[in-house]
Amino acid sequence: MTKLTLLQINNLEIEFPSRKSVLRAVDNVSLSLEKGDILGIVGESGAGKSTVGNALIGLLEPPGQMTKGEIFLDGNRIDNLPDSEKQKIRGKEIGMIFQDPLTSLNPLQTIEDQLVETINLHLGLGENGARERAVELLDQVGIPDPDVRVKQYPHQFSGGMRQRVVVALALCAEPNLIIADEPTTALDVSIQAQILDLMRGLCKEKQVGMVIITHDMGVIADITDRVAVMYRGRLVEHGATEKILGNPDHPYTQSLISAVPRPDIKLIRFPQVTYIEDVAEKNTEIDITEHWLGKAREYETAPGPLVELKNIGMRFTTKPAFLRKNRIFLDAVNNVSLDIHEGEVFGLVGESGSGKSTVARIICGLYTPVSGAINFAGTELTALKKQSDLDPFRKQMQMIFQDPYSSLNPRMRVLDIVAEPILFHQLAETRREVEIIVKDLLEHVGLGAQSAVKYPHEFSGGQRQRISIARALATRPRFLICDEPTSALDVSIQAQILNLLKDLQEELGLTMLFISHDLPVIRQMCDRVGVMKDGFLCEMKETEVLFENPEHEYTQHLLNLMPRLEGLSLEGLDMQPQPNQN
Amino acid sequence: MLAFIFKRLLQSVVVMLTVALIAFALFRYVGDPINNMVGQDTTLEERAELKERLGLNDPFIIQFYRFVRDASVGEFGLSYQHRRPVKELIAERLPATLELALVSAILALAIGIPMGVYTALKRYGFLSRTFMTISLVGVSLPTFLIGILLILFFGVILRWLPTFGRGDVVEIGWWTSGFLTASGLKSLIMPSITLALFQMTLIMRLVRAEMLEVLRADFIKFARARGLPTRAVHFRHALKNTLVPVITITGLQLGSIIAFAIITESVFQWPGMGLLFIQAIGEVDIPVMAAYLVLIAFFFVVINMVVDILYFVVDPRLRVDKALVNGQ
Repeated sequence: MTKLTLLQINNLEIEFPSRKSVLRAVDNVSLSLEKGDILGIVGESGAGKSTVGNALIGLLEPPGQMTKGEIFLDGNRIDNLPDSEKQKIRGKEIGMIFQDPLTSLNPLQTIEDQLVETINLHLGLGENGARERAVELLDQVGIPDPDVRVKQYPHQFSGGMRQRVVVALALCAEPNLIIADEPTTALDVSIQAQILDLMRGLCKEKQVGMVIITHDMGVIADITDRVAVMYRGRLVEHGATEKILGNPDHPYTQSLISAVPRPDIKLIRFPQVTYIEDVAEKNTEIDITEHWLGKAREYETAPGPLVELKNIGMRFTTKPAFLRKNRIFLDAVNNVSLDIHEGEVFGLVGESGSGKSTVARIICGLYTPVSGAINFAGTELTALKKQSDLDPFRKQMQMIFQDPYSSLNPRMRVLDIVAEPILFHQLAETRREVEIIVKDLLEHVGLGAQSAVKYPHEFSGGQRQRISIARALATRPRFLICDEPTSALDVSIQAQILNLLKDLQEELGLTMLFISHDLPVIRQMCDRVGVMKDGFLCEMKETEVLFENPEHEYTQHLLNLMPRLEGLSLEGLDMQPQPNQN
Repeated sequence: MLAFIFKRLLQSVVVMLTVALIAFALFRYVGDPINNMVGQDTTLEERAELKERLGLNDPFIIQFYRFVRDASVGEFGLSYQHRRPVKELIAERLPATLELALVSAILALAIGIPMGVYTALKRYGFLSRTFMTISLVGVSLPTFLIGILLILFFGVILRWLPTFGRGDVVEIGWWTSGFLTASGLKSLIMPSITLALFQMTLIMRLVRAEMLEVLRADFIKFARARGLPTRAVHFRHALKNTLVPVITITGLQLGSIIAFAIITESVFQWPGMGLLFIQAIGEVDIPVMAAYLVLIAFFFVVINMVVDILYFVVDPRLRVDKALVNGQ
């Protein structure tokens, strides 16, 4: 142990006993961290990385317990301290930042109350001193007008600003070690860049050590000095960031890195994480030419574009009032015109609040636009007044939502979930026929027919998204709207789902509207891209042209912020054969 | 905020008018008011003349207007049974019911909230499980049975507490209070416990469920990670967030304590409005029933208004914020 070692973890082992068995969440993990250094812990969900973070701060969720190992902070062992001592370390010695800034702050207290409470607890500056320090801290984390904003409540801050407040709260007692658990996952790219800059700056300036837990390779490349890769509770690789990202030894790390969507060149398929231990591979390929899905489609190919938006506008009332002049509106979509051709994948990018999801909802009829017209296959949908007139068009367009956890009815079997649109649109003669179709669909999205009798909670996030896709395909749509279909998923699962969508798109000749804030994913998926900001469409071009030669200022700005795995020799990895191509 | 209160007031007026309409319909069309006022030997001419004098031949709207005008100053006419103004009868009985309801509500809150917090924090403790079991009994046993059992045990067998009535009361202006005498206080114990028991268990279970929900929230975890002591986390951060939904239910329950004290008042022969109402039903005393209906509706409306305003005090997210609306 060198004299600078801030944090030392030896042979950490954490177990979650359950009624039937014991789950070993963390297995023999040893790590160390020096002052002023940033250590990244990367891995997929379920790898045990957050459990390590919780163990460091002494807040393991019950029934989890440390069964082996030791944790040293500044040379003192902290893992075996009684709870009251651990409580003194929390906040004072170790600060923690959580993933979701929207839920990390007490909604009923002002920012000042929360800061002053914590400052007084650890530093004892007295009421006025603590107030001054609170304002100072907000200023340090880059919140404008700190003396005004300190009096406000969390809901008056945007997501990025709230995460700054969370950083301020974690820093307020000047801890020597900061643990950040997915600190930017819930944020937009540009805000992510700002928060990462802020954290890196604070670390170097104050010689604070930081552990960043994330599944995002871009964040790791951007900010960390050293990185530890975890897989199923074990540390598979550990070393300097350039070394691990540039020249990984372990096959898992290699495939994890290659699965990150490439921002720089367009590949035909997404490389997948192929390193899977002790899981029997079973993938049923279905010949689309003979399948129900591929059966004669009853639509004539439209002469013009399949979907055409003309000067669409949408406004929401943010403050209702009796008199019109007192009402306050938010123009979510402003004068947007675009067209999507048959068989094309059209991408829509933008930060949260840019109106891209609103556009999707307008197209599929969830919102009625206040102005403009929508044409679908030559018919003006906005002119149709009766719901029943819209139904044949609804059958032709389907939507896949972002959150696979909340977009499936938990009380319905998978069979019923997928069968619902078929029954509604009367696409099959008998109940028996529907069942066969559903099972075929489930086979096709790689779930297997036996999953039909299960309920959604029995599936993982990636599997649930496959159910959503099966449901969307059940009406044999010609137009598929995917609203951030993979943002809630891990890199490896993202690659699987995107490949599935790509295959289906090619096989079935689907037209797709693909919405994402993730630029590399857009580059891999789409033929043409539209960039949205504040409800306006600022640029619309062929994907490659846009990425190589962005014209609009905002597009350039977005592309600059895109996290890159810079200076890495990924080429060597690309040459590797990908044995599992689906 | 002001616009909100104004809107709420407007809604309240609509609610009150609807209730008044029902009460009026009861008054005017259930039975014949003339028949209820005069004796057997009144001639048809006298009846017709009385009907004209009382304005019962006027159009419906005018009669309803008169009813609302009188009701708004508390004038509901004469009780058929007691031959006295309903106003006086109610004023006599109101203090008894309000005192009983107040004590019950305080009991329910003062015991229900701490028990809810305790059972949430010590979820698997022996005492928590005991509370939960007892509360199940409290919810499922009917009020009158609990009252009768209490009377049997403490009144008849042990002879500690009086079994009926209010005991001695002290008059303060038109208000009569049982708080100031020993026998008054003693008489309050059993009825108030009987009335409070159901509310208490309801509040306890509600607080427990909400508290467990809040304790799982991210900001609680973050508060712990900042090293705040457990006490501060539980009471300063968790409890306040728990109370937002509890306020709604408590408000509604307070209304029903007043309105549905009828059973308790009957069991204990408590001289309150509930008892008056029960007797009025027995004697088809329509003016008293109409007045009771309007008064209870008024209590509910006022309590709900207060609850809505309390929301603004407790939850800053509801206060309309100009800066936020302007998009900053």
